[in-house]
Amino acid sequence: MFNTLASPFRKLGELTINAVWRLGFATRFLGAILMYSGQSLMRLQMTIREVYFAGVLSLIIIVVSGLFVGMVLGLQGYNTLSRFGSADALGALVALSLLRELGPVLAALLFASRSGSAMTAEIGLMKATEQLDAMRVMAVNPIARVVAPRFWAGVISMPVLAALFNVMGVFGGYLIGVVMIGLDAGTFWSQMQANVDLHSDVINGLIKSLVFGIAVTLIAVFEGYDATPTASGVSSATTRTVVTSALVILALDFVLTAFMF
Amino acid sequence: MSHDPYIELRNVSFGYGERQILSNINLRVPRGQLVAIMGGSGSGKTTLLRLISGQVRPDSGEVWVDGKNVATMNTRELYAHRRKMGMLFQFGALFTDLSVADNVAFPLREHTALPEDMIRDLVTLKLSAVGLRGTQTLMPAELSGGMARRVALARAIALDPELMLYDEPFTGLDPISLGVIAHLIKRLNQALGTSAVMVTHDVQKSLEIVDYVYFVAHGEIAAEGSPETVRHSDSPWLKQFVHGDPDGPVHFAYPADTSLADDLSAGAR
Amino acid sequence: MKRSTIDLWVGIFVAIGIASVIFLSLKVANLTPQSNEQTYALTADFDNIGGLKVKAPVKSAGVLVGRVSNIQLDAKTYQAKVTLAINKQYQFSKDASAEILTAGILGEQYVGLTEGGDPDTLQPGDKISLTSSAMVLEQLIGKFMTNFAEKGSNDSSSGHADKTAPQQ
Repeated sequence: MFNTLASPFRKLGELTINAVWRLGFATRFLGAILMYSGQSLMRLQMTIREVYFAGVLSLIIIVVSGLFVGMVLGLQGYNTLSRFGSADALGALVALSLLRELGPVLAALLFASRSGSAMTAEIGLMKATEQLDAMRVMAVNPIARVVAPRFWAGVISMPVLAALFNVMGVFGGYLIGVVMIGLDAGTFWSQMQANVDLHSDVINGLIKSLVFGIAVTLIAVFEGYDATPTASGVSSATTRTVVTSALVILALDFVLTAFMF
Repeated sequence: MSHDPYIELRNVSFGYGERQILSNINLRVPRGQLVAIMGGSGSGKTTLLRLISGQVRPDSGEVWVDGKNVATMNTRELYAHRRKMGMLFQFGALFTDLSVADNVAFPLREHTALPEDMIRDLVTLKLSAVGLRGTQTLMPAELSGGMARRVALARAIALDPELMLYDEPFTGLDPISLGVIAHLIKRLNQALGTSAVMVTHDVQKSLEIVDYVYFVAHGEIAAEGSPETVRHSDSPWLKQFVHGDPDGPVHFAYPADTSLADDLSAGAR
Repeated sequence: MKRSTIDLWVGIFVAIGIASVIFLSLKVANLTPQSNEQTYALTADFDNIGGLKVKAPVKSAGVLVGRVSNIQLDAKTYQAKVTLAINKQYQFSKDASAEILTAGILGEQYVGLTEGGDPDTLQPGDKISLTSSAMVLEQLIGKFMTNFAEKGSNDSSSGHADKTAPQQ
């Protein structure tokens, strides 16, 4: 009787301890990545290759999603603002929503599900097929050769993708507001420029995306490296990457927003 | 202490947590010889290779390789140790994102500063040694199992190792590929004078090529000897293993707690 | 061959990133190389600044002439000390007045400057002495209600209650 009552608590305790343990392990892992980064930054070719897979191949999804998010913002924003007679502020609304929140957060979520999951699956499969062991036996550190280039590629790609997402979003808002609804283009841009601040909006948004990039890529390479080397282990690690990334992005976003704005 | 045996394991014990894998293993590999470690699945054979390559450290005992104790090496020494060593993994473990040529060139690019055209020549040489010249531009996914194993072998010998470790080199190969790999292993051992340890459960093929055999069962050395003595041994255990009989000292069935009759009637109830 | 295509694509990728940041900085945030050299500071004390914030616009005759750069409470007089950064190209006379106005009924608050008649101009660091505080809706309603209750006697003056008297 006591056992059945206590078991959910025990389960909770186990989950908490496990989570803390993994957090510590991930932190140590980050330390190892930074320690062995010299080689991957010196042999830039390896990192460039990973930027191609993580960043360049994500361009399409980022461009299309950014455009549509901007267009939705334009439509919804216009509907709401015109009710208060301030449709002129549409440019400011679109730009501020994107720069401060939607750009970094949505780009990071897309990046986690497109590139983060791919990284986890790739590293997990390399582990399952003993490729990481083979490297170790050949006296090559897999953290330096496999993990660090992917980590840096993710950290580089994320702000670029977020900035592109913002630009596409603003463009989408412009398409709806100016081209479709017919607001004045001059008012659209000047309202935007009057309300957007370089430091507090543009730079802070980029800092956010950089932090998200570090977090998502670290989660992705860690889950891959830590995956159980079986087919089901790799698939559940991939799922964990997407889920954990999403939760961490949203939680970090709250913390960063609280600090920044 | 004599440096005569290239590898010597002294009273080595190893376990993962509570589970004891190896206990009190003593094993010697003379310089230039090809030694096989045989045993059923899960008997701790692969762990022995991992001990020799320094991927795991023993709980107790010493692992001497070429006069140095692997068990007490720090990371730098371990990496130096591994540079003199080649290892063929069970399924080859080729890097799936690199071409055949880049796979074979991998250890050369990582550990030498050779110019690119010399690396290309070396890769061609190593590939022709395993009979696969002309496959340079293929990706590992385009290779058959036997070819992948041979490419992996070419990669393992890229740096002309003093010691070769083979982890189940015959698993999952058709008889012809198996024969080719066995032949290559023997020829490498003789031509280059490499010491070699081979973990396998393919008894017949191994007995044809090796110089000495250790049998591992339940984490201990159960028997040892040259192929000749093993073949003609009277030990019922060895007989069963060498001939692959289903009945004998080693039971085919998992030791269940209940009898089959109990399980069946429980289902009927 | 394959490697150089990857290099090319990654080059394009990084260029897109740089171009995006430049676009966001220039076109969206209107980053103008506006340094402190081009503005000068004026201060003004208000009884109540309402919802005025740092970076709120300073306008004269509806034209943007500067921004609020700092807001502090004067510990002695318990007035709000507002520092304005005014563009160098605009000069105001000594008796210019400042008031806190609202764009629209519920819009953002800004500082309005009205030029006076004095031939001397305000120098950097000078204080604008004629100020008029923000219109606070609650006070306004309260005043209106009081007047409404006392109706009859000074009915006509209630219409002017939307501004507290100029201070100092």
